Amino acid sequence: MQRIGVFVCWCGSNIAATIDVQRVSDTLAHEPGVVFSANYQYMCSQAGQDLIKDAVRDHALTGIVICSCSPRMHEATFRKTAAAAGINSYMVEIANIREQCSWVHKDKMVGTEKAITLGRAAIAKVNLNAPLIPGETPVTKRALVIGGGIAGIQTALDIADAGFEVDIVEKKPTIGGKMAQLDKTFPTLDCAACILTPKMVDAAQNDKIRIFSYSEVTEVKGFVGNFNVKITKHARFVDETKCTGCGLCTEKCPQKGIPNEFNLNMDNRRAIYIPFAQAIPKIATIDPEHCNMLKSGKCGVCSKVCAAGAIDYTQRDEVIEESYGAIVAATGFNPISMDKFDEFAYSTSKDVVTSLEFERLMNAAGPTGGTLLRPSDGKHPHTIVFVQCVGSRCSADAEKGKEYCSKICCMYTAKHAMLTREKYPDTEVYVFYIDVRTPGKNFDEFYRRAVEEYGVHYIKGMVGKVMPQGDKLIVQASDLLDDRQLRIAADMVVLAAAMEPDKSARSLATMLTASMDTNDFFTEAHPKLRPVESPTAGIFLSGTCQGPKDIPETVAQASAAASKVIGLLCKERLVGNPCVANSNENMCTGCSLCERVCPYGAITYSDKEFKMPDRSLRIRRVASVNEAVCQGCGACTVACPSGAMDLKGFSVQQIMAEVDAICK
Amino acid sequence: MQKVTRDILIDRAAELLASGMVNRVLGWRSGEFFYDVVPAVFRSEADMRDGFVFDDFCGCNFSKYLVKESARSDGRILVFLKPCDTYSYNQLLTEHRFDAEKTYVIGVPCDGMLDIGRIKERVGEGVIGIEAEGDELIVKTLYDGDKRMKREDALPDRCRHCKGKKHVAFDELIGEECEENDENASGRFEGVAELEAMTSEQRYFFWQNELSRCIRCNACRDVCPACTCEKCVFDNPKSGVENKAASDSFEEKLFHIIRAFHVAGRCTDCGECSRVCPQHIPLHLLNRKFISDINGLYGEYQAGETVGSRSPMVDYSRADLDPSEAIGKREE
Repeated sequence: MQRIGVFVCWCGSNIAATIDVQRVSDTLAHEPGVVFSANYQYMCSQAGQDLIKDAVRDHALTGIVICSCSPRMHEATFRKTAAAAGINSYMVEIANIREQCSWVHKDKMVGTEKAITLGRAAIAKVNLNAPLIPGETPVTKRALVIGGGIAGIQTALDIADAGFEVDIVEKKPTIGGKMAQLDKTFPTLDCAACILTPKMVDAAQNDKIRIFSYSEVTEVKGFVGNFNVKITKHARFVDETKCTGCGLCTEKCPQKGIPNEFNLNMDNRRAIYIPFAQAIPKIATIDPEHCNMLKSGKCGVCSKVCAAGAIDYTQRDEVIEESYGAIVAATGFNPISMDKFDEFAYSTSKDVVTSLEFERLMNAAGPTGGTLLRPSDGKHPHTIVFVQCVGSRCSADAEKGKEYCSKICCMYTAKHAMLTREKYPDTEVYVFYIDVRTPGKNFDEFYRRAVEEYGVHYIKGMVGKVMPQGDKLIVQASDLLDDRQLRIAADMVVLAAAMEPDKSARSLATMLTASMDTNDFFTEAHPKLRPVESPTAGIFLSGTCQGPKDIPETVAQASAAASKVIGLLCKERLVGNPCVANSNENMCTGCSLCERVCPYGAITYSDKEFKMPDRSLRIRRVASVNEAVCQGCGACTVACPSGAMDLKGFSVQQIMAEVDAICK
Repeated sequence: MQKVTRDILIDRAAELLASGMVNRVLGWRSGEFFYDVVPAVFRSEADMRDGFVFDDFCGCNFSKYLVKESARSDGRILVFLKPCDTYSYNQLLTEHRFDAEKTYVIGVPCDGMLDIGRIKERVGEGVIGIEAEGDELIVKTLYDGDKRMKREDALPDRCRHCKGKKHVAFDELIGEECEENDENASGRFEGVAELEAMTSEQRYFFWQNELSRCIRCNACRDVCPACTCEKCVFDNPKSGVENKAASDSFEEKLFHIIRAFHVAGRCTDCGECSRVCPQHIPLHLLNRKFISDINGLYGEYQAGETVGSRSPMVDYSRADLDPSEAIGKREE
């Protein structure tokens, strides 16, 4: 029989205001095995922990039940307390009477009853707990960064700077991401390429960094410290070791008129292309959908003009297998599709563009060479209407758009408006907004400059409809402050489309077993205290895959994720989780179901000799668990038809005891 | 009538025994009554000539017996399997329950096996012989002389809705594979549909009525080819449910449902549970409900169709339904 101490925490008034903590500790004192019960204002404080240590000593406790906040908050704290007091850390159980009790119940009676019930369940479990000793696993000292935008580049540079090897996997032919497509950056208006491309070069030249461009992660196995990853390097039909990036092939290729993704399809490229002049790696890529040689075997111009002999039409996708200690998701964002926003005439008029398209129209390397021209007729626009929050801040029941604020649109719209007025003072610029949100260093000053110095017309209200009429776009809108309807004949309309996570994030999250929110942004381990870690150990988050953010914030998060990765890779060995599966060989039938469901490959089979009840010997195939590899997910325990698999620390017996205690 | 006769099977078994290919034969032996056919291991041709039978009452599926029988000796054991038995054979191979190298499977065609219970329902007790005449059976009885009934009416549910007449595993086949009849197979889930059409209260009373007859003889478990645990949870004396005397309404409320969950995704729908039930409880309906749900939610899956196939219950693909969607789909 255990000697259990029960410690009920008030959590200041967080618990004590809704739960009669005295009654909880008094009632639980009479549970089987309980020899000591107390309550205290802050159990996690030094004084609270001393109370526990003293009780362990004075009452010779063998098990501890803490009725407090979620184990996610303080389980580690109390395990350390137990260890310091001289009992095994895994003899501690937490009854969550805050998140699952005081915070969700208003009625003190109900809350108190439930707290007692949860306490009983924890006591029932501790009665069956056994001391557990964690094993250790080595750490592979290499990191993987998935996504080669500014977030991925910054994370990789910082990790490499600390002396660790790091690989960047980028699905596009070049790294650089969205930032490479931008013109100027707020609030300083320095050119995006001028600050990004040196970083791209740094990444390419760093001998600790390998860049797998035009590649995708296709399989992830393993666990923190020991991930095994398959990377599919798509065939670009160009030998990367030979191509010098001279670009001759991209000029001679006869397959013209293919929409250029880098310029958001506003101009054309050839079937063999380099996305932009500063691309890293600067290697040509053949688009197999449009290449005549690959489709019909007739052409071969690029191969003829290539002095380096780099063209290889027989190239195939290549799978690279590598192991990593840590993985960083930096998969970035995309503007949402404007398909459902027909009221803005995006699909019917070329002069209605998204902000990212506008960015390319302003960019010196863009389709217009940096001169702002209307896509429809190449004329200078004289009236431009910017519409904010297109698809952002939509109501939850709306059929389109996102509930969240995309965060960056207010600032880039102010930037666009300001740059337009700066370069073309004869152009009238209107911005329709719901609210202008500009928190950030020098951000509000920037926006006010747009209004006050550059004379941008900011109008609170939304655009209801955009109607193409002749060569004009009639914008019908409301001015909420003046309470009047407006009709503006504009030459161009720019839509601040909401940002959404890249579509690849969802399948990646499944591979990484990393959790996501309903919008497909990766979830952080704690929204305030662990913002760059995924709840899955060894998976870190960098940039907009975790939520909308601008460049300064992205870079800050990227460096933060890098520091977490460095902290992990510095360790020689990781202390494992002792709550691992074990197989009862007497019950195991060797059916292999557990092996099939095990995501970590921790289960193996061997033939063993068993003495049967009739004293005969029988060789039977039985499962055994590699404890260093098992992560204690429990999939095998539920898949096992014979009940031979069980989880240490969460045995069927323990869980049934908890259920019994609750149902009593 | 079965198309293959007992003598053909004995002749071939005798050859295999003589050649040393196999050292024993798992087959059917006549029991107390002619319709009480029981499984038996034969070690010689003479033994087989004496007691081996193959007729309309050889319903027993031998696959499960191989788990223990194949381990008893180093030599190969010859086993006769009907088409539906071979699914269980494959499923057990998938679960590594015996070594295929230690078995020798002779696939025998099956024209459907008769259910003595159904015959007695029509003609009463005292059945002493049965003869076939076209689609009809002439049942000889002790008290009322000969009685006629349609052969179809004497077939158990599993044979009326036979899931397939082709063997999915064999070392050799004897006789011609019978013709598939898709029309029959499509009726497999009629019973399930009837249950689903009931209100939950009606369904509860239906099962209450059926399961309250359970005498907890454990025959369903003992015969089930998916029930091959080394130690059955229901045999635990500490559980308080290891026999009928120790429990109250456990059989009505839990036993059979737990068992159906236990074999979900692994049950080949061989129907042995219903065949052996002395209380004539239609236990196969529970398993068929699971099969029909699995098919509906995750696509058609037949356990044991191939060796090594992954049951949807322990397989995951990214195209799978989200669990919440699966629940929603069930509630529709």
